[in-house]
Amino acid sequence: MSTAVAEMEAHDHHGPEKGIRRWLFATNHKDIGTMYLLFSLVMLFVGGAMAMVIRSELMMPGLQFVDPGFYNQMTTMHALVMIFGAIMPAFVGLANWMIPLMVGAPDMALPRMNNLSFWILPAAFTILLSTLFMSGGGPAGGWTMYPPLVLQTGDAFPYLIFSIHLMGLSSIMGAINIIVTIINMRAPDMALIKMPMFVWSWLITAYLLIAVMPVLAGAVTMLLTDQFFGTSFFLAAGGGDPVMFQHIFWFFGHPEVYIMILPAFGVVSEVIPTFARKPLFGHDSMVYAISAIAFLSFIVWAHHMFTVGMPLTGQLFFMFSTMLIAVPTGVKIFNWTATMWGGAMTFETPMLFALAFLFLFTIGGFSGVMVAIVPADIQYHDSYFVVAHFHYVLVPGALFGILAAVYYWLPKWTGRMYNEKLGQIHFWLTAIFVNVTFFPMHFLGLAGMPRRIPDYATQFTDWNFMASIGAFGFGLSQLLFAYIVISCMRGRGEPATAEVWDHPKGLEWTVPSPAPYHTFDEPPRVPPAQTFS
Amino acid sequence: MIRRLSVCVTGLAQAAGARADWAINMPRGVSELSAETYDLHMMVFYWCVGIAVVVFGAMLFTMVRHRKSRGVQPAKFSHSMPAEITWTIIPIIILLIMAVPAADTLIRIEDSRTPDVTVVVTGYQWKWHYMYQGEDVAFYSTLARASSEARHRGSGIDPATVENYLLDVDRPLVVPKGAKVRVLLTSNDVIHAWWVPELSIKKDAIPGFMNETWFQADVAGVYRGQCAELCGVDHGYMPIVVEVVEPEAFQAFLDSERE
Repeated sequence: MSTAVAEMEAHDHHGPEKGIRRWLFATNHKDIGTMYLLFSLVMLFVGGAMAMVIRSELMMPGLQFVDPGFYNQMTTMHALVMIFGAIMPAFVGLANWMIPLMVGAPDMALPRMNNLSFWILPAAFTILLSTLFMSGGGPAGGWTMYPPLVLQTGDAFPYLIFSIHLMGLSSIMGAINIIVTIINMRAPDMALIKMPMFVWSWLITAYLLIAVMPVLAGAVTMLLTDQFFGTSFFLAAGGGDPVMFQHIFWFFGHPEVYIMILPAFGVVSEVIPTFARKPLFGHDSMVYAISAIAFLSFIVWAHHMFTVGMPLTGQLFFMFSTMLIAVPTGVKIFNWTATMWGGAMTFETPMLFALAFLFLFTIGGFSGVMVAIVPADIQYHDSYFVVAHFHYVLVPGALFGILAAVYYWLPKWTGRMYNEKLGQIHFWLTAIFVNVTFFPMHFLGLAGMPRRIPDYATQFTDWNFMASIGAFGFGLSQLLFAYIVISCMRGRGEPATAEVWDHPKGLEWTVPSPAPYHTFDEPPRVPPAQTFS
Repeated sequence: MIRRLSVCVTGLAQAAGARADWAINMPRGVSELSAETYDLHMMVFYWCVGIAVVVFGAMLFTMVRHRKSRGVQPAKFSHSMPAEITWTIIPIIILLIMAVPAADTLIRIEDSRTPDVTVVVTGYQWKWHYMYQGEDVAFYSTLARASSEARHRGSGIDPATVENYLLDVDRPLVVPKGAKVRVLLTSNDVIHAWWVPELSIKKDAIPGFMNETWFQADVAGVYRGQCAELCGVDHGYMPIVVEVVEPEAFQAFLDSERE
């Protein structure tokens, strides 16, 4: 122990590097976390701009602004950017910032690999977004890249595959880092079961990432070889099967959507107890529920494929396994409600987003139960009902989780309280517009409007018009969020205390605000009051 | 202009399940299976509404009651095994209640034995091909002329002036009322999907493979659907029209096609 201390003192504690070197060669988890978060904010606006193109075109029947080919590029790229550029990197940014602080570690286990994990992403997205300017335009076969259609992509095709590979590498390396940090570098007093829920949610998410990102890599590599090297994995003429791609893709794809929501569950489990001033209800059950959801996520993938021509037994199995996921998810919703019950709640912005998550993610869960029912799903599949379902779980689900986390921890990161009044305005605008945008899509799907079409029959006009208005409002409101965050980063606002909120639990609140560049150089003692369970 | 259209459409909405503006639900449809599907959909929906009333009710209650501004002291409890068991068991029971009729209907959907008519449907980029098996009748079905002219950017034609805009074809699929129609589906190029909501039928058309499904329409009329799997630039422009006619009219149709 004393040798280690002596080595530490021998190092030059000179603070961060100057200029661009600090960022390009960053190994500090706080700096890397900040870069991930800022990158994801930029990607949110890039994906959002594409959504604005989509909703502008869909506002009225007839084609006003874009041609169908470009429209398909927009829907494809909107999803790729939001999933791989906004939601996932934001959660990795939160993990980088908070996991070492929450477990009492000085940094992530593998700081240089951490740097690579981040810097791969701007490269990958430069490649992906540049395809929009290539001959033939960007990929337009949907983010799901089904063959044979995706093999009709022009020059963009190899760049699409390559950028997906890069994003996968980034995720896998990040996940390894997270697991090793959590398993190996916790403060001695912190048993696994006593970790905060955000850390638990990321431990499980990291295992999901390592399990499924390689499967996606395999699937897109097979697309590549079918296109360029004469294989026939997915081409019937050569003895292959387009449906096999769907099985492989969704074996990745379903755990992927849980990868995008589990950290949000973790955030909500941090925020609600703090603002209810009451411990999380059923901490151990919450851990088991997340584990059950993660396990079940591997055995439901074909519910994305109910109209593909699957044997009856397969359809029955996947229907039942999909319905089963509602049970542990319901347990979590009830436990969060029970956490609030009997508490003494205040409704600062992080709590507002967490509570909106509770309400609106549950609505997404209800439409999820509906789409699990195969005979009904035969009607919902590939219609706007599905678009409504997944936007409810992703936007007021995953995105609100991220927004709650940012408001919750921003004072710790910057040392400044964000403007609470502006935060509340941002919340209300966002929460109202998100419903105006996505609720009508349930109706459109039930009324018979398919997905991924640039123009529609006139009876779909009214709800589409409403959804587009909602989308414009939602998009504009996020500019307010950018303003709030950047103001805070630039030092505007009241100075924040170490605790920031009203006696929150967790090691992150025992260090000053802003958190010093190096924290927990020595492993902390974890007082019982700071443990969970 | 939308208002005028919606008055006409609401009037027609009663007949053969035509779809109206501001529609919020799926059609009941014109077959036994479509009615079963609709009933299943409504049952699950009502369960969701019931659970929502309870759960959101509890959330709203606690948000109003258990707030610091009311001067309450926060309680300390954070466990209750009985509560956890209850709210695990009850959802499982509710899911079982839903799963039984769902499985029942699904088994019926998958039973395409003893059809009266068989049609082979082939998806193309971007039109459908219909072939009546054993009848020597086959033709392509493409987007109707009026829609095709209006749909282009800068066409100058207002979609509201085009009847059944994007839902009309030059040659519909004609089938007899009350007959079990087996649909064999495949594709010539990429994956498409054949979807007609009022017949509660949707299945993927996959190149190199033959999919099978069926429907039995009990009410004569014209039913419109669209391709339901992204298939390229004109994915939104390859609709499906099924005309259900009396059996005699169907025979007359086949005869006239064979000439």
